[in-house]
Amino acid sequence: MLTSRQVKTSNRGRRSPMQVWKEHKGKYLLILPFAILFLVFTAIPVLTSIVISFTSFNMLEAPTFVGLRNYINLTVNDDVFLIAVKNTLFFALITGPVSYLMCFVFSWLINELSPKVRAVMTLVFYAPSISGNAYMIWKLIFSSDMYGYANAWMMKLGLASEPILFFDTKKYVFPILILVQLWLSLGVSFLAFIAGLQNVDKTLYEAGQIDGIRNRWQELWFITLPSMRPQLLFGAVMQITASLSVSQISLELAGFPSVEYSGHTILTHLHDYGFIRHEMGYASAIATILFFIMVFTNIIVQKVLRRVGA
Amino acid sequence: MPRVNALPLAIKKVYLSRKFKRRNRSMIGDAFLTLFLGLFGLFSVWPLVFIINNAFKPLNEIFIFPPKLFVQNPTLTNFQDLFIIIGNSWIPMSRYLFNTVFLTAAGTASSVIIGSMAAFPLAKYVFPGSKTMSKMIVYSLMFNGTVTALPNYVIMSKLGLIDTYWAVILPTAASTLGLFLMQNFMVQVPDALIEAAKMDGANEFTVFWKVMMPLSRSAWITLIILSFQNLWGTTGGGFIYSEKLKPVSYALSQIVNAGVARTGVASAVTLIMLIVPIVVFVISQSNVISTMATSGIKE
Repeated sequence: MLTSRQVKTSNRGRRSPMQVWKEHKGKYLLILPFAILFLVFTAIPVLTSIVISFTSFNMLEAPTFVGLRNYINLTVNDDVFLIAVKNTLFFALITGPVSYLMCFVFSWLINELSPKVRAVMTLVFYAPSISGNAYMIWKLIFSSDMYGYANAWMMKLGLASEPILFFDTKKYVFPILILVQLWLSLGVSFLAFIAGLQNVDKTLYEAGQIDGIRNRWQELWFITLPSMRPQLLFGAVMQITASLSVSQISLELAGFPSVEYSGHTILTHLHDYGFIRHEMGYASAIATILFFIMVFTNIIVQKVLRRVGA
Repeated sequence: MPRVNALPLAIKKVYLSRKFKRRNRSMIGDAFLTLFLGLFGLFSVWPLVFIINNAFKPLNEIFIFPPKLFVQNPTLTNFQDLFIIIGNSWIPMSRYLFNTVFLTAAGTASSVIIGSMAAFPLAKYVFPGSKTMSKMIVYSLMFNGTVTALPNYVIMSKLGLIDTYWAVILPTAASTLGLFLMQNFMVQVPDALIEAAKMDGANEFTVFWKVMMPLSRSAWITLIILSFQNLWGTTGGGFIYSEKLKPVSYALSQIVNAGVARTGVASAVTLIMLIVPIVVFVISQSNVISTMATSGIKE
């Protein structure tokens, strides 16, 4: 039997689209321009790619439907893809949380400076992101001959007797990529955190001191973090996508293919099939799998973040 | 444990009026943090210093191996050479520059306004479709652009956008990143302010323009920085073919690609292309300041 309240809600559910439009017209009109552009330039291309992932498509002939074959090949037959997945997850597990923390800690540390000084300090930390492909400088540092900075210093200090071939030695490639990624990590989330910290209600700190907050750390946990939860959620999405989509630095620094696939990631695998072999069906399947890995990671991370400051 | 948010408003207000000194900051802690910041700062800013110094190096210093960070005999030759090449350009450099300025201004403005407009209802109201839209926006950030490039190109050509400014501006205006950023800041604007504006007869657009935008200033300034940086360096993304529609970074990359002899010019180009985003960055960043405190309403 329905109670009166349930009747009411079920009535609400049956409202005609016209009624919904009338009630929320202003909101829909504000969203409309974006919605159209989003549909045309994001939603349709993404859905097309997902459809292509069920086909065999070499970009010359029309795609032919192959069902789940791309996905089965990827997960069962493609050993290199499994290496790529392993590398990517391991890479993200380290760089994701560390870079997220770095973004927060640095924005927090420079937050109290005066706006002009803070702007310059922000530029200093953001410099690797603003200077285009500045990460190429690492190629110079880890250059394989004795002129590379790392080799020169190590030989000077007697740590090495001959130059190390950094990008040709399996055990060095991965740690170097992690180092470079961390160096690049103060990007979008960092800027969002700085803006978010500015919006924390300053009076809460004063009130907090009365309420028994004794040090910076309590202030951080009980006031600052809860006050900027939306920015923290934003930053999490950014760091998840960034740390799982590493490819450019691997391609540029470790080369392709990297030695024994040591720098091989899901996206370099995609790059291989998309740009070199032109197998768009297979490449789209890789993108779709990566997409679900990110969505899944995001759900878990958002759950964890809801406990912050609680 | 202390729950600040649970503090009664009246009590909070009493303490608002007084100036409280931030206590409990140890000198050692501060010194340690400054040192830490300084060291990491040096580490980060290095490529920038390198780029600046490189632009003023004479050729023989650029080719010295191992490369030296600081310039020994600074010279303006690289810039002079660049201006000679620019002067001989088939299409005047001012045209390329205009293209870039136009694309950057139009793209940044449209992405900030269109994204923020959509972010407001999604952040502050629940209505049919709002949850689905928010989810689609977050998830779309997770689909890699490499494989969507092909469908994107087909759509662009079907719409007749290839080889027009629109091919760069429209996809930028549809930036989900911008919307997502704005949405996460607008959530924090107190509902009371929106209701107050509505009581005064404001419609949704007026609320958006007069209440939401001023109060989320830090957010859209941040968005301007990101969008500007992105568009300033654009080469047309494979969508622009006409020489007279091409942006300046394309023209300069052509100059640089002419060979080893242009290495000095290349370092000057790198610096010139970087100066504008840096100036925009510093000016914008120093305008990222608290907007909530001036809203006058404490919840």
